[in-house]
Amino acid sequence: MREKLLYGLGLAAMLYLVRNLYVIFLVLPDELAQGAIYRVFYFHLPGYFTAAICYLLAGIFSAMYLITRKWKWDSLAAAITEVGLPFAAMNLITGMIWGRIIWGIWWTWDPRLTSALISALIYAGYLMLRQAIPDPTERAKNSAVMAIFAFTSVIFTYKSNEWFRTQHPGPVLSIRTGGGTIDPQMEWMLAHNLLALLLLAGLLLAIRWRQEERQREIESLRREALSFS
Amino acid sequence: MSAAPSLLSAAWQIARKDLRQELRGKESLNAALSLTVVLLILFSFAFDPAAEDSKQWSGGLLWLVYSFAGALIVNRSFARELMNDCLEALRASPVPSSALFLGKAVACFLILMGVELTALPAFCVFYGVSLLGAPATFIATLALTTWAVTVLGTMFSALTVNLHMRELMLPVLVYPMLIPPLVAAIEITRGVITGEPVPEIWFRLLIGFDIIFTALAVALAEVVLTD
Repeated sequence: MREKLLYGLGLAAMLYLVRNLYVIFLVLPDELAQGAIYRVFYFHLPGYFTAAICYLLAGIFSAMYLITRKWKWDSLAAAITEVGLPFAAMNLITGMIWGRIIWGIWWTWDPRLTSALISALIYAGYLMLRQAIPDPTERAKNSAVMAIFAFTSVIFTYKSNEWFRTQHPGPVLSIRTGGGTIDPQMEWMLAHNLLALLLLAGLLLAIRWRQEERQREIESLRREALSFS
Repeated sequence: MSAAPSLLSAAWQIARKDLRQELRGKESLNAALSLTVVLLILFSFAFDPAAEDSKQWSGGLLWLVYSFAGALIVNRSFARELMNDCLEALRASPVPSSALFLGKAVACFLILMGVELTALPAFCVFYGVSLLGAPATFIATLALTTWAVTVLGTMFSALTVNLHMRELMLPVLVYPMLIPPLVAAIEITRGVITGEPVPEIWFRLLIGFDIIFTALAVALAEVVLTD
């Protein structure tokens, strides 16, 4: 049953993404000032939001583990961090491509770029910490603590960077600006692609979570076998 | 059988113990101090201290050196208790985990402050800068940033104490998180050296960081140090 659900989810995500790509490339017109390159934005911003949601959920799952001490939450926290990082990479890479065309440089030490990179580094550290701890109970406990610190730190990095002057384009979504800066058709497309990426993230999370649970099962069986021999 | 000591007095006992141990053995003190001097010399080859714009970047360099020394010191904080199972004894003692953590953080703070203040004249001489333009501002920044480094560093020292690769893991985990306070410290120090006004926001960032992460670390110390 779970298998079929996963296949169904995968198919839905794939079809949705293909539909979105079709609209992005063949239906929507070029942007007035930037031309064709603005299209990376349909992956840039949704990728960022997806990664941010993953970071937030990793913090929540970790707190849930510390409260309940149920393995499920530890596996979920590990899985969602791994899922979030590729979306963070999508955000950074599309941003760099856009920067090369519009600013003429691949990278600039702009606060928003820097804070996105630092966040990715912090979560890469979280995954490294997980790998370095052999004992499962200690791994779950210590990485949960790390995830809570990591999320607090990400908020801090983000806010502290807002105080810098930034050359990154300001917010365009109508919930932040009150409307008027973005064409409604383009804003809808952003929402569509965010939904598609979230669907994809959900699918990856389900797969990764199952792997994580099985890994734990194998580990505990191995320990049991060793204790008999 | 006496009652369990209060949080602060227990923390102070732990801090005193760590300080005494450090002053007698000088495990990390000597290493951190010589590292700061070596780095200051090395950096003088990479960045010309006689250059006109040296006042702009020498403050940043100072904080890089200090943060390297900090990693060296906090690394030993919990690792030194591994010998003879001292950590187990501390856990079994009536000292609450939060006091154990706070005491260790305070000891690291005092040791690192000592190293920083000792290395400061060397920095001023080698790079030809004066911090006397706003000494109070600089000392406040030094204390706030050093506390940020030690409170996070000590927490991660506890988290990584049982790892084989702890010396490698600690800086990898801690440095990215320390970027906001270090950026603030660098900006303020640049202002102190050049005499330009420093935006108040950097002080607020440092104070906010210290309060939030101290509260978080003390709250989670129980989880990290028990069971």
